[in-house]
Amino acid sequence: MFNYGDVLETINMVEKEHLDIRTVTMGISLLPCICGTAEETARKVYDTVCKKAENIVKVTCELSREYGIPIVNKRVSVTPAALICAPFADKSYLIGKALDNAAKELGIDFLGGYSALVHKGMADYEKQFILSIPEVLADTERLCSSVNIGSSKSGINMDAVKLMGEMIKKTAAITADKDGFGCAKLVVFCNAVEDNPFMAGAFHGVGESGTVINVGVSGPGVVQHAIENIPEADLSELAETIKRTAFKITRAGQLIAKEAAKRLGAEFGIVDLSLAPTPTRGDSVAQILEEMGLESVGTHGTTACLAMLNDAVKKGGVMASSRVGGLSGAFIPVSEDIGMIEAAERGGLCIDKLEAMTAVCSVGLDMIAVPGDTTAATISAIIADEAAIGMINNKTTAVRIIPAPNKKVGDSVSFGGLLGRAPVMPVHNESSEKFIKRGGLIPAPIHSNKN
Amino acid sequence: MRAVVTVVGKDKTGIIAKISGFLAERGINILDISQTILQDYFAMIMLVDLSDCKTGLSELADECAEMGKKIDMSVHVQHEEIFNAMHKV
Repeated sequence: MFNYGDVLETINMVEKEHLDIRTVTMGISLLPCICGTAEETARKVYDTVCKKAENIVKVTCELSREYGIPIVNKRVSVTPAALICAPFADKSYLIGKALDNAAKELGIDFLGGYSALVHKGMADYEKQFILSIPEVLADTERLCSSVNIGSSKSGINMDAVKLMGEMIKKTAAITADKDGFGCAKLVVFCNAVEDNPFMAGAFHGVGESGTVINVGVSGPGVVQHAIENIPEADLSELAETIKRTAFKITRAGQLIAKEAAKRLGAEFGIVDLSLAPTPTRGDSVAQILEEMGLESVGTHGTTACLAMLNDAVKKGGVMASSRVGGLSGAFIPVSEDIGMIEAAERGGLCIDKLEAMTAVCSVGLDMIAVPGDTTAATISAIIADEAAIGMINNKTTAVRIIPAPNKKVGDSVSFGGLLGRAPVMPVHNESSEKFIKRGGLIPAPIHSNKN
Repeated sequence: MRAVVTVVGKDKTGIIAKISGFLAERGINILDISQTILQDYFAMIMLVDLSDCKTGLSELADECAEMGKKIDMSVHVQHEEIFNAMHKV
């Protein structure tokens, strides 16, 4: 028989501390869909996604009720669409539309994979595909896009970095009526991973099998609560507590992932050990850092606290799951974390500090709104900085930035739901134009030569 | 299949009678039961066997939550594996 403590702890984690499975994401290979014409391929893409994922919503709802753990998002990721569209890149939008329609048919909120991998070079068809991204994001509701522009092994493709700065500006401009919402669905990566279950950056890598289930766990509130219970503990004890908590959270994720894969007739892929915040109070990574002893996230000591948190989450999670992957770490999306939003609003958190934080935690500059008049070159330079951190440190970094049309510092943009609201943060006004104009490739670092 | 039923709320007369009656009506056999009062709060954990239960676990979870509302208690039924997974190495 179970003891009271354990059973009630689980119930409290769900009811009071926002423990949930953040996402069950089905990765689907679209390679078998490629055929002669764009129209026929689009039809096959739609049919494949609808068939493979037809039960994803039903099964995850059942699992959620049977195990008593909320499963917040059900999603699908697909093979980077630039590969599927290669023979007819001028009609890439047809594939984008087909994917968006499939997402609507399935009743899922996001589908990821309108993506291109151009970390070393960009073929003409890939450039054409990337040029289609702004319009496709404006014309679709649920489709997410990502572009990988660098890796530790290949260096940083600065031509792609330049292009992505321009595409982000264009996406913001043509979705200006929604405060540049299109940019919330567009991620620029360095070292993108093939099995990431989280949006907007999820895609199904070509090294993956046909259909897999990847699960992202969450629970910043659970970790925060565990720390609250030991206010006088030193940092080693704190790290141990975080590890134990992460273990429990991840075990729940592993159980759901395996069962979901079985019921959906897919392979179990990975569990992503991430602490993913939501705009709800008590479900915030920033509040964990503040609970650790910082007056406000963003102050001196933030990077150290985050480094410890990120590492402890991984150590606890790795033992709890037979397969760990994805992004696995603490997320720090500004608009999706009430602690981050408030710190940015009172000026306690700036982009430069966030950049430092991204060197020690999962992903990167995420859901950050900057003034509408920020130039494409400045956005490219921000991407280049993040990519450099990822490339040199062998980690994934990303930029999801919204140059909010007609907004300036002090304003804010609101996207609603889990995407939250983002205060417009200042950027440096000095130009990076000449640097970005140079183009070319930043060569891979010396430590990439490991053979 | 086995599941864990938890009942938490303000203590009053007849909680166990109501819960066990509810389970018996559905052919659910109680294997183990443990109950206490924690600071005026009633807390009960039951391990139950669902082999003869005609209702599926997810529907049962909904029915339990509804029944809990009627008697002003929080009533959950969850697959036992979730507790094994989270609390046993």
